Amino acid sequence: MGLDRHETARHSAAEGAVAIGQTDQLASGRKLRFAAFALIMFLVIPILLGRSPYFITVLTNGAVLSFISMGVWITFSIGRMNLAQGAFALVGGYAAAILSTRYGISFWLCLPVSGLVSAALGAIIGWPVLRLKGVYFAMTTLSLTEAIRLLALNGGDITKGATGIVNIPRPGPISIFGITILRFDGANPLPYYFLACTLLVLGILGVWRLSASRLGWVFRSLRQNEDLATSIGINVAKYRVMAFAICCFMGGIGGAFFAAFHQNIYPATYTIADSVNFMLYCFLGGLAYIFGPAVGAFLLVISFELLHAVQDYQTLIYGLLMIACMLWLPNGILSLGRIHFRQRKNLVS
Amino acid sequence: MTLAILEVQGITKRFGGLTAVNDVSFVVEKEAILSVIGPNGAGKSTLFKLISSFLPPTFGQVSYEGHRITGLSPHEVARRGVVRTFQETSIFKEMTALQNVVVAHHLRCRASSFGLYFSSATARADEERFRKSATEILVYLGLGPVKNALARNLPHGHLRALGIAVAMAAEPKVLLLDEPFAGMNIEETEAAVKLVRGVRERGVTVILVEHDMSAVMRISDRIVVLNFGIKIAEGTPAEIQKNEAVIEAYLGRADDELGH
Repeated sequence: MGLDRHETARHSAAEGAVAIGQTDQLASGRKLRFAAFALIMFLVIPILLGRSPYFITVLTNGAVLSFISMGVWITFSIGRMNLAQGAFALVGGYAAAILSTRYGISFWLCLPVSGLVSAALGAIIGWPVLRLKGVYFAMTTLSLTEAIRLLALNGGDITKGATGIVNIPRPGPISIFGITILRFDGANPLPYYFLACTLLVLGILGVWRLSASRLGWVFRSLRQNEDLATSIGINVAKYRVMAFAICCFMGGIGGAFFAAFHQNIYPATYTIADSVNFMLYCFLGGLAYIFGPAVGAFLLVISFELLHAVQDYQTLIYGLLMIACMLWLPNGILSLGRIHFRQRKNLVS
Repeated sequence: MTLAILEVQGITKRFGGLTAVNDVSFVVEKEAILSVIGPNGAGKSTLFKLISSFLPPTFGQVSYEGHRITGLSPHEVARRGVVRTFQETSIFKEMTALQNVVVAHHLRCRASSFGLYFSSATARADEERFRKSATEILVYLGLGPVKNALARNLPHGHLRALGIAVAMAAEPKVLLLDEPFAGMNIEETEAAVKLVRGVRERGVTVILVEHDMSAVMRISDRIVVLNFGIKIAEGTPAEIQKNEAVIEAYLGRADDELGH
């Protein structure tokens, strides 16, 4: 299928590089970049922008949207274009909302539980649906997003229909030795920002570990040739459900975060547009890079906000920018670094 | 006395009205090389898929070491030791040759999925063993010099060998080779014939589907001939060369031809 080949081509460049240059040098370079990223997120940005709730809110959104799209990146790694991540964010959001408003369960317990609820649902739905490939899988997951939205809309007393669930309690304060470090109140979004950054950093580390481990190799073998993987004894069905469940887990966690952040959730909180966006972040950043989804998400979220200045033309310019990226950087923004690197190497040799 | 390792018992596969394989039975002896030959569309590839459980049969069954393997999922059949290769050069194109073979060691993996993720001691030990064994297999199959090349950049002959290397990594007891000599020139075929013999020397039973008659005659201990899904002959290469039914299937009967 044309689509699959396209994906493979996109993924391949970086894998080749990793494969050939699996040196400590490369790994340490990555570690350094990651440490710099964490430092900027946790220290530089709060110091520079900490007084602007608006920017902090935008970056909080960016961080958690990155986290959610990293799940989609994992399904790309097994060769499936997943347009259901909005649905699983919705499921996670509702799970957190119902658990905290009805049963008074603390947000800190709701967060992992919502992830698990999403993952479990993902595994059940994924088992049959993951047999499909290419556009068929994409279309089915697209309809799944709509189906889950309708389910939330018609969920009666459980989901409260179109009125949604409001007044979701804020997360309890975090304290160490009786001293409160983070207090989640309405006045300052900074604690949410720190929580979002923590999620993102953990997410990147987790996906990084996954990608480097044998499990990552098994996932990639599925993308490249499922029949061959079966022939060497890999339980293809099991591993693709595993990848999908991990993806849904991340979607559920992100959904639960936003439910507590906005203190409400509606059936329309995540629609097909959101599912498409999660996928676009991956494309834009670059499917071959673990940082791809984060780069894509931050770039699109921030540029969308900046384009507020031009009011009516906001979506138009946004759309044109997207088309330009797809045309000139089909392997994602991060492929710029690779091009630069190649030119430098050519100069040397 | 030689031992039967694989037994095909009255296997039949129908696709709608078409019977691709019709009541075929044969026995494969341990550490033998058995070839399945026949004109195009004779049902050879279907038979392969039936043996490796990639397709369920309509009737009949396949047993391996006395146990029925029909009805198991294909990866379970591979787990037991019946591993197939594919007609087209089927490999993980975006990995290096070495990675292809390392991934193919999956069956020998002792670490759990969690262990794999957190790189437990078992997982690291596994990885070390796999690298060693993969390198050994690659060197054995003459791929040592290209082990770090991306698979999609390898020439055709190397890809075929890599396909066999991937299958060998799964430690097969029975290896099913689907047209291993297709598209090869005389020298390449010669090298591949040696390679298949080498695989047998390692204690692997080989079943192959092939069109290249001269290679088949040289390499096989036994030959099964299919025509229109029916087994029309079975025997040693010398017997098959003299068999009337086989000559007829391949060349047609003399009185069928015009002008006679």
